[in-house]
Amino acid sequence: MEVIKKVLVIGGGVAGIQAALDIADGGYQVILVEKTPSVGGHMAQYAEVFPTLDCPQCILTPKMVDVGQHSNITLLTYAELQKVSGEVGNFTVEILQKARKVNHKKCTGCGTCWQKCPEKVPSEYDAGIADRAAIYIPFAQAVPAKPVIDTEHCRYIKHLEFVEGETEGKRPPQCRICERLCPAEAIDWEQEAQTITEQVGAIVVATGFDLMPIKRLPEYAEDPDVIDGIQFERMLSPGGPNAGVVRRPSDGKIPGEVVFVSCAGSRDPEHGVPHCSRVCCMYLAKQAMLYKHAVHDSQAHIFYIDTRTTGKGYEEFLQRTMTEGTVYLRGKVSRIYRDGDKLKVMGVDTLSGKQVEVSADLVVLGMAMLPSVGAKDMAARLGIATDEQGFFTESHIKIDPLESTRPGIYLAGTAQGPKDIPDSVAQGSGAASKVLGLFARSEMTPEGLTVG
Amino acid sequence: MDLSYYPGCTLKTRALNFEDSAIAAMAVLGVNLIELPRWNCCGTVYSMTDDDLAHHIAPVRNLVRIAEQGSDRVVTLCSFCYNTLKRADLLMRNSPEKRNTINTFMDDEIDYDGQVEVVHLLEVLRDDVGWEAVARKVKTSLEGLKVAPYYGCTLTRPQEIAIDSVESPTVLQGLMQAVGTTVLDFPLATECCGSFEIVSDPDAVIERAYTILGMAQRKGADAIVVSCPLCAHNLGHKQAEIAGKYSDFTGMPIVYFTQLLALAVGVNPEVCRFDLNFGGVEALLRDRGLIPQRV
Ligand SMILES: Cc1cc2nc3c(=O)[nH]c(=O)nc-3n(C[C@H](O)[C@H](O)[C@H](O)COP(=O)(O)OP(=O)(O)OC[C@H]3O[C@@H](n4cnc5c(N)ncnc54)[C@H](O)[C@@H]3O)c2cc1C
Repeated sequence: MEVIKKVLVIGGGVAGIQAALDIADGGYQVILVEKTPSVGGHMAQYAEVFPTLDCPQCILTPKMVDVGQHSNITLLTYAELQKVSGEVGNFTVEILQKARKVNHKKCTGCGTCWQKCPEKVPSEYDAGIADRAAIYIPFAQAVPAKPVIDTEHCRYIKHLEFVEGETEGKRPPQCRICERLCPAEAIDWEQEAQTITEQVGAIVVATGFDLMPIKRLPEYAEDPDVIDGIQFERMLSPGGPNAGVVRRPSDGKIPGEVVFVSCAGSRDPEHGVPHCSRVCCMYLAKQAMLYKHAVHDSQAHIFYIDTRTTGKGYEEFLQRTMTEGTVYLRGKVSRIYRDGDKLKVMGVDTLSGKQVEVSADLVVLGMAMLPSVGAKDMAARLGIATDEQGFFTESHIKIDPLESTRPGIYLAGTAQGPKDIPDSVAQGSGAASKVLGLFARSEMTPEGLTVG
Repeated sequence: MDLSYYPGCTLKTRALNFEDSAIAAMAVLGVNLIELPRWNCCGTVYSMTDDDLAHHIAPVRNLVRIAEQGSDRVVTLCSFCYNTLKRADLLMRNSPEKRNTINTFMDDEIDYDGQVEVVHLLEVLRDDVGWEAVARKVKTSLEGLKVAPYYGCTLTRPQEIAIDSVESPTVLQGLMQAVGTTVLDFPLATECCGSFEIVSDPDAVIERAYTILGMAQRKGADAIVVSCPLCAHNLGHKQAEIAGKYSDFTGMPIVYFTQLLALAVGVNPEVCRFDLNFGGVEALLRDRGLIPQRV
C-alpha cells in the first residue's frame, strides 16, 4: 500500500508550529489544524520567556508568519478534528471548519470591525483580565490576522436566533455595525461550518496544555486578586491590557507586595495532581524578577517545595532572581484570605520551622499544568492512550517518546507531559523527523513496516 | 425519631449550655436524643501511633455499648468525641488485624466490626431534618444577627471522616441561614483554635484566638458560632487577657449552634444557659430583644 505523503498536525502552539515547519521544509504537504482563531498557543501570551528573557513576539511571531505563508502548509484555524479512520500511511481525517462569518478571501484585516463592535466579551488571550469584541482577532500578531465572529456573543446573531425561536422578552438589537463599516464587504452571515475530508499518511498531535482552574483549590480563596500565572504574564506584558503596568484586578492599584505560590495543585495527590508541572519554578522566578523590574521598591515572596531548575541556564537564572531581592520561603501555603485591603497568605517556612503569614496585594498561583481541555476526547477520536491525567501516552517513555500508542500518530509538546518551550520545540522537530522518515519510504507492507 | 446520644465528659461539665440547648431544640424538631445508659471516655484524642491499639479501646468500648443496646446509629455533640468514635469505628471496619487484636483484648465484650454508624448532630440536622424543616419550625427568627461560622478542625479532618468539605464547609451556614441569621463570609472558619496546646502553650492559643476573634470583629460579626467545646473554650475564656494585650479587640460573643437553634425554635432561653457563654452573649441577645431583660 502506498504511503500518502501528507501530514496532519493538530494544535498550533510552538510544538505544532515547529513540527509543521520542519515537515514542510522537508518538502511535504502539511495540514495544520488549530482550534482557536490563531496559531501561537500559550507562548504568545507571555511577557518575556526564560531563561533569556526574549519577547515571544520577537522569537515566535516569525515562526507563526512562516506557518501562515509556507507554500507546503494549509493552515486551518478555528477548526477541529472530528474523525479519523484508516491506518499508518493512509488515514482519512474529517476536520470541522467552524463558521467564521467572515470571508477571509475578501477581508483585508483592516481592523475597523473589531474596533467598532459594541459587544464586549472576556478575552481568552488576556486570560479574562481584559475584554475583546464579538468580532475579533485574538491578539495583534495573530496569524491569520483576519477576524472571526463569535456567534455565541454577536448581537445580530442573537437577534436572528431570537426572531427564529419566537422567544418572548426583549429582542436583541439588529446591530450589524461590522457589516455596515466593512470596506471589503467581507461579512458573510450565510457562511456555515463545513467538514473537510483529507487523506494523510501521518498525524502529529500537539494539543498542548491548560492550567488547572483556581477554583479546584478552595483554600486559595476566590478573590479577584488571586490569579494564575498566565493572567500575570498578561499583566506584565508590554502588549498587555495595561501596557505592562501591573495593576491588581480588584481596584487597579499597583501592587507593592506580591506573593507567588509554587506547586498550586502540582505534587499534591490529595487535592490536585501528583505530577510536577516542571515550568512553574522557572516562570515564577521569571515573573518575580520582571515584577520587581516593573515596580521598584516592591516585595516579592515565593513559597516553594523545592526549586526545580534543571534546564540549561536555569539555575543561574534562579540565582539572579534571588540576588535581585525576591525572598524564597520553603514551605506550603495552607490558606489565602482577604483581610480588608490586603490578602493574607498563611504558610510555613520549614527552614526556620515557623508558621508565617505574609501580606500581599496580589497573589499569583503557579497552577498545575493539565492536558488541554478535551484531550481525553481527542485521544478517543485518535484511538491513542492517555495517562490518568489525560497526557498522551508515548509508545515507550524512554526509547520511543515521540510515538503514540498507535503507529503513524506522533506526539509533540506539552500534550505528552509538562515541559518548557525548548523541550516542546525539540519534540516538535523530533516528531517531524519521524514523519520525514516515514515519508522517505514509498510503500507500507501488510505488517505495517515501511519498505524503500 | 429516637437517636442514641453519646455525651462525653465536657458536655456534662463545662458545656451544659451545649447539651441542654441541643436536647431541647431537637425535641422541638421531633428528634429525641436518648443518652446512652452506660458510656465512658471517648479517648479524647485519636492516637496515630500505628501499634498503639490500647488507645482505641475506650472509643471501641463505647461503640460496643451502643451495639449492645441494639442501636446502629449514635449521635455526638462534641467534635472531639465525634472524631475519636468515628475514626475508631473506621479502624475497626477497615483493619481486620487490628480489629482482631482489639476484640480479643476485650474478650469479655461482644465483638465489634462496624455495627454502628457515628454521626454528628450537624449531619442529623442537615440530612435527616433538613434546612427547610428547620426553617418551618422557627418561632423567633434571628434576623439581623450577623454570625461568623467557625468549624474548628475535628469535624472535617481527616478527610475520611469529614462531615462536610474539608476546605470550605457550609453546614453551619445552612443551619444559621435556616434560623434567620446573616452568615458572614468568614475566611478563618476552619483555622486552628490552638486545640490542646492550651495545656502546654497557652500563649500560642491566645495568639490564635486573637487572630480569629479579631477577624470576626473586623468582618462585623455579632457572634462566632461554634460546634466544639474546645473551640468555645479557646476562643472564649481568655478574651479579657486578649483585650488587655491588643487594644483594638473589644470582645466577641461565642455561642453554640444549638443555642441559637433552640432560641429560634422557641425553647425557653433559660434552658440554653447563656450565662455559661463567653464574650457577652447574654448582653448581645438582650440588646437584640431575643431574650428578656434581667429583672
Ligand atoms: C505562566 C506560564 C509561563 C511560562 N513561561 C515560559 C517561559 O518563559 N519559557 C519557557 O520555556 N516555557 C514557559 N512556559 C511553558 C510553555 O508555555 C510551554 O512549554 C509551551 O507553551 C508548550 O507549547 P505546546 O505547543 O506544547 O502547547 P500550547 O502552547 O498549549 O499550544 C497548544 C495549541 O493547541 C491548540 N489545541 C488544543 N486542543 C486542540 C484541538 N483539540 N484541536 C486543535 N487545536 C487544539 C491550542 O489552542 C494551542 O494553540 C510557561 C508556562 C506557563 C503556564
